[in-house]
Amino acid sequence: MAANAPAVTETQMPLNDPQVVAEKIKTQYPDAVEAVSAQGIVLKKDRLLDVARYLHDTLAFDYLNNVTSVDWQDHFEVVYHLTSIDRGGAPITLKVNTARDNPSVPSLVPVYRGADFQEREVYDMMGIRFEGHPNLRRILMWEGFEGYPLRKDYKEPYYEEEKKPFGSRWDQGYHVFAEDRNPWHDNVQYPAHLDALAYKPPRESVPVIEATQAATTRLRTDKIILNFGPQHPSTHGVLRLKVTLEGETVRAVEPVLGYLHRNHEKIGERNTYLGNMPFTDRLDYFTSMANNLAYAITVEKMLGIKPPERAEYIRVIMAELTRWQNHAAALGFLYNDLGAFYTPLIYALEERELILDLFEATAGSRMMCNYMRFGGVARDVTDDFIDKCKYLVNERLPRRTDELEAYMAKNELFLARSKNIGILPRDLAINYSTAGPVLRASGVKYDVRRAEPYSIYDRFEFDIPTGTVGDLYDRFMVRIAEMRQSIKILKQALEQIPPGDIMTGKKNYQVRVPKGEMYGRAENPKGELGFYVVSDGSANPYRYHVRAPSFINLTALNQMCVGHKIADMIVILGSIDIVMGEVDR
Amino acid sequence: MSQEQSQTPSSLITSEEEWLADQVRRSVWTGPLSKFIDLLDLIYNWGRRNSIWPMGFGLACCAIEMICTSATRFDIARFGMELFRATPRQADLMIVAGTVTKKMAPAVVRLYNQMAEPKYVVAMGACASGGGPFKEGYNVVSGVDKLIPVDVYIPGCPPTPQALLYGLMQLQKKIDRQSIRDVPWYRKGISEGVPEPILGPDLMDARRLEEITALAANPEQLAARAVQFHKPTKGEKKE
Repeated sequence: MAANAPAVTETQMPLNDPQVVAEKIKTQYPDAVEAVSAQGIVLKKDRLLDVARYLHDTLAFDYLNNVTSVDWQDHFEVVYHLTSIDRGGAPITLKVNTARDNPSVPSLVPVYRGADFQEREVYDMMGIRFEGHPNLRRILMWEGFEGYPLRKDYKEPYYEEEKKPFGSRWDQGYHVFAEDRNPWHDNVQYPAHLDALAYKPPRESVPVIEATQAATTRLRTDKIILNFGPQHPSTHGVLRLKVTLEGETVRAVEPVLGYLHRNHEKIGERNTYLGNMPFTDRLDYFTSMANNLAYAITVEKMLGIKPPERAEYIRVIMAELTRWQNHAAALGFLYNDLGAFYTPLIYALEERELILDLFEATAGSRMMCNYMRFGGVARDVTDDFIDKCKYLVNERLPRRTDELEAYMAKNELFLARSKNIGILPRDLAINYSTAGPVLRASGVKYDVRRAEPYSIYDRFEFDIPTGTVGDLYDRFMVRIAEMRQSIKILKQALEQIPPGDIMTGKKNYQVRVPKGEMYGRAENPKGELGFYVVSDGSANPYRYHVRAPSFINLTALNQMCVGHKIADMIVILGSIDIVMGEVDR
Repeated sequence: MSQEQSQTPSSLITSEEEWLADQVRRSVWTGPLSKFIDLLDLIYNWGRRNSIWPMGFGLACCAIEMICTSATRFDIARFGMELFRATPRQADLMIVAGTVTKKMAPAVVRLYNQMAEPKYVVAMGACASGGGPFKEGYNVVSGVDKLIPVDVYIPGCPPTPQALLYGLMQLQKKIDRQSIRDVPWYRKGISEGVPEPILGPDLMDARRLEEITALAANPEQLAARAVQFHKPTKGEKKE
C-alpha cells in the first residue's frame, strides 16, 4: 500500500528514465534485468514480482497504467507501464518474455490489484497464464471458446488477408461476400469433428465467498446469487454482474464482460493507422472527439510531427466540449439509477444536443466524429463556429452547470443516498489503477493533462478538482467541478485561437510509422485513455492495444460495493460512469 | 290517386318482423365479412401503431442516439412510443440498437422470445443490420436477422434521431398494412420461439446443429462450399 510505503527519497524526474531505473533495480536484484533500452526494461520472468514490489514500495511507482502483451511470433512479450502518482511524467515500461508454448508469467495482482482484469484480458486474448492470479478465467470471450484471438496465427472466420487494404477491394464490383467466402456461410468456424449435437457448455462458475460475520439482526437471511444483466436498464449497456447477496446486502460482485466485445484490437491490427481513427470513435461513444485526440497524439509521437497551432486549439476545444457533455450526461444517468427516471437526464441532454450540433457542423457527424488526423484535424471549423461556441461557453453551459448542481447536488434524498456510499480510499484507488474522476474523487490529484501534458494543455490555467472521502458524493461533485474547469479552458482557448493552417504537411491517408513502440495517453472524461501501438515499419500497426479507463475502473467495483445494499450497488456502478463500448472494446 | 295507393302498403309496417328488419336496416351496418374485417384491421392497426412500447434495450453506440430520440428535441412521444419498458414482457418493439455479439446472441434471442405478440423488431444501424464496421470481427454476428426476423432496417452508423424516427414511421406503415387474417399471432396453436443459439467453440445456431456436425466431419465437402475471390483479368466479362 502506498500509505505504508517508506518515505520517497528521490522525487526528482530522472526516475522516469529507464536507464536510471534499471541501475536501481540492478543494485537490488543484480540478475533481474536482461536488457535496457529506451523502449523499456526487459526483466527475467522469475524476478518480475520482486522487482515490481521493489518499484512499488521503494521507488514509489505506485500506479500500474497498463498491462498488455505482444505476440512476436517466436515468443510472447508481456508489457507493463508504471508511473508514480506523485512524480508524474511519462510511464516506464517493463517487459517480460515468455516462450510460445505453454506461456506463463507471474501475476502482479499481489502488488497491483489493478492488474486483475487486465491480466485476465491478456490470458483471454493471447493465452498467457498468470501464475498466482486469483481468478484466471476468460473475461471477454466465453469459457469454451476455441482459440486465442490476438495471437498472430489466429484467423477469424471472415479472414481475408493479413493486412488492409485487401486485394479484393480494389476492383470495384468484383466482390465476394464474406458469408460466401466462409465455408460455414456465416461468421463462425468450428474445429474438425465437432459433435455439435452432443456439445455441453462448461458450467458457469459462481463466486465463492467466505462466511461472513454473524448477522447483526435476528432475521435469518439467506445467501443468494443474483444474476444482473446483460439486459437491464441500469447496467449502462450490456454489462452483466453476478452478485452474491446476503439478504439485501452485497457480499461480492463479479462483473461478467464481453457482451459488446467487438474485436477492436484484432481489427485494428489489420487496419491501416488512419483506418483505426473511425474505430476509436466507437470505443467510448460519448467522447469520440477525445478518443480521436488520444489516438492522434500517440501516433504523432511516433511520427515525430506536431500539428499547427490552430489545429491544437481546435483539438482542445473539441476535447473540452466533449468532457462537458460527457459529464452532464453521466450525472443524468446517475440520477436515472437513483430512481429519478429520465427528467434530470433530459435537462442534461438539452445542452448536449447543442454541442453535438457544433460537432456535426464541423466533422459531419453528431457522435462518430472521426475528426482528428495525424498532424492536425480533418477540416477547419465553420465560420460561425467560434461565435456559436462562445455563446454556448459564456451563456448556456455555465448556467446549465449551476442549474444541475443546484437541483441535483443539494437534493436531500440524493445526499442521503450518496454520502459515505461506495467509498474507495486513496491508497486503494491508486492500487486498483482507477483513473479519471473516480481516482480524483478519492483525493488523488492526478490528471494526465498536468502529469504528462499533451497537446497544448500546459498553456491553460485550470485546476484539478479532487474529493476528500472518495464516496459517491465526491465522484458526483468532482464531475461538476470538472465541468466548470472545462468551461474555463474553453473560454481561454476561444480567446486565444489563432488563424492559420489546420494540417502539418499534406493530407496522407496511409502514413508510414517508423519502427518502434509508443504508449500514448490522454485524460479522457472517463479517465486515462491509453493507446499502446507497436510499429514494424509497415503501413499497419503490428500491435494495437487500448487501455480503456472504464474497463480498469470496473476492477474496483467489488471493493466499492461490498457491504452496501443492492440498490446502492446500482448507483455506485453509475458513479463510475462506464461505457460498454470501451469496457469490452 | 292510384299511384299513392300502390305505394302506401310498402311503406307501412304491418308486422313485428317487418319492424325489426327495418330497425336492423336503419341502425346496423351490414355487408360482406371481409369488409368487416377490414374495418376491424383499421381499428386494431390504428391503436397498435400509435402505442408501440419499445423495449429499453441498448447494445452499443446506437442506444445513445435512441436516448436522444426520446429526449426533448426529437421527442419520440409524438408517435406514442415514449414508454420504454425495461422488461420484454411489456414491450411490443425491440429496437436492436447496436452490435450484436456472439456472446450476446443467446440473450437477444431469449429477449425476443419473451416478448408478447404482436412484436416487431427494428434493426437500428449498420451493426444490427449486417455487422457494420465490426463485421469482420470474430465475436460479431453479421446482422441480427441471422437470429430473429427483422421488420425494418435503419442504415447509419449511428443513424441520426431523424433516421430512427423515419424508420419507426416505416414500421407504422407496415403495421397499417397488416390484417388479422394473416398475422402470425392469430393462428391456431402455440407459436414456437426462436431456438437460442449455443455458445460452443463458436456460436452454434440451434437450428443448424446437425448440419454443423455433418460438415465438421467432412472437411472436403466443407472446403468446397467456400467461394474464392477471383480477380478478373482485362477483357474478362463480369458475371
